[in-house]
Amino acid sequence: MKEKPPVIDIRDVNFRYDRENVLEHINLSIPKGAFVGLVGPNGSGKSTLLKIILGLLKIKEGSVELFGIPQEKFKEWDRIGFVSQKANSFNTGFPATVAEVVMGGLVKKVGLFRRPGQKEKDAVKRAVKAVGMESFLTRNIGDLSGGQQQRVFIARAIVSNPSVLILDEPTVGVDSQNVDSFYRMLTYLNQELGMTLLLVTHDIGTITDKVTHVACLNKYLHFHGSMEQFVELDEQELSDLYGHGIRLLDHHHDH
Amino acid sequence: MDTASACLIITTIIEGKNIMIEAIFTYKFLQNAFLSGAIIGIIAPLLGAFIVVRRLSLIADALSHVTLSGIAAGLLLGQKASLFAGVNPLYFGMAFSVGGSLLIERLRNVYRHYQELAIPIMMSGGIGIGVIFISLSDKGLNTDLFGYLFGSISAVSRTDLYAVITISAIVLITVYFLYKELFILSFDEEFAKASGIPAKAVHLAFIILTALVIAVSMRIVGVLLVSALMTLPVAASIRLAKGFKQTIWLSVLFGEISVITGLISAFYLDLAPGGTIVVTSILILLGVIIWKKEKN
Repeated sequence: MKEKPPVIDIRDVNFRYDRENVLEHINLSIPKGAFVGLVGPNGSGKSTLLKIILGLLKIKEGSVELFGIPQEKFKEWDRIGFVSQKANSFNTGFPATVAEVVMGGLVKKVGLFRRPGQKEKDAVKRAVKAVGMESFLTRNIGDLSGGQQQRVFIARAIVSNPSVLILDEPTVGVDSQNVDSFYRMLTYLNQELGMTLLLVTHDIGTITDKVTHVACLNKYLHFHGSMEQFVELDEQELSDLYGHGIRLLDHHHDH
Repeated sequence: MDTASACLIITTIIEGKNIMIEAIFTYKFLQNAFLSGAIIGIIAPLLGAFIVVRRLSLIADALSHVTLSGIAAGLLLGQKASLFAGVNPLYFGMAFSVGGSLLIERLRNVYRHYQELAIPIMMSGGIGIGVIFISLSDKGLNTDLFGYLFGSISAVSRTDLYAVITISAIVLITVYFLYKELFILSFDEEFAKASGIPAKAVHLAFIILTALVIAVSMRIVGVLLVSALMTLPVAASIRLAKGFKQTIWLSVLFGEISVITGLISAFYLDLAPGGTIVVTSILILLGVIIWKKEKN
């Protein structure tokens, strides 16, 4: 662990919108190859923390390191893939095929004024295959189900071959029958392709048997550790974690 | 219908076609109109595809009205100030349109929660200023004005045609080289910004191109109908197309059919081409909607 820098390392981050503190004393480090579930109720600051990691919000207190490089100096953003809560905001009438949508993930990599070639087309096919959507390449994105659309957006996020994939509530809009196969696909990305995953969700129940690490957030980071440590917590501690209290727990980790 | 009358109709059509072709070779103004029209039939729906999917259709309308005030300013200055006497009012229209597009962007930022407010502000502003210029000018503007409002076959000059060719070349080159950025910006603005694409610059380039295309298209279809040529072909193609590239190709095809059919019928029936072009594209749109409904 020590010899290789964590892929994401957050230290003593505080963040406030106007006067309201949203995040306080956040310490979170994500080792390479982990599948981390970041859980917390609505309004716990999960999305804010993601935006900070992605550099979309600037922090005044604390530090964020990506692959051992301070975020301010970090340039290789294509090493980090991101899937937002697309199911809610996406314009389903947009006439774009699955292949066109996934190609969007390569726009930055190809570079301004250049046009994608065969290499990029092959990368698109590989990514679409990795999420099990290869038979839908030329279908319009609007004609697919919520779960299928979410897979396409994951393909777009992994097409540039990132080593970390961050997912914000990816199962919103995915019907319950397909949630299991959705998580199987994530496990495949994590175990077979060696991708580090950071999954944000408000639903702790569905992820406990899938992830390797858990972090519980509610303004403070209440718990951050491996799944083994997490399952040892007793019921009272769990309910404290996931309740709306903001009390720091005794076993709060200091990294 | 018996064979004789069918033959008669066909001969008339062929003869009509000959008259048309002869006329095009004989009259420069017809060459100007048809060449400009054919080019605009490509670039207006091309940009229109992006405009429609970004839900900016009304911006095209607002810009065309701002273009009108520029044209009116140009015509007025041409009358009043000898310095501007030989200057094509189209250039004023282009300048106003580009200025208007930048102003719309500013207004959209001022009224963050009422972004559509920018459109009525610019639209009424454009017409209001235009009407003042028109009232200030000497009489005799009316015939020119009718052409600018609804399009004209006879009024397209060589310099108009050159302006169309220049702007179209810029549009085609820009869209070719910025296609992927324009696509991702239209499909998912948040993602485009997050992945580090210069979204603001690309958007600015796009809105300026739109302003220029509106200004040059106006000679053929007219101020009041130019946005139709950008949106109606796209409205039809979006019902049929698989994917965005196909949407563009179909839009261009429908736009081109509308312009050519519209210009030919305007020539024969002595109508304003803006009207005939828009009616043709509406017929295509209706046809597509009905065909699609029958199919399902």
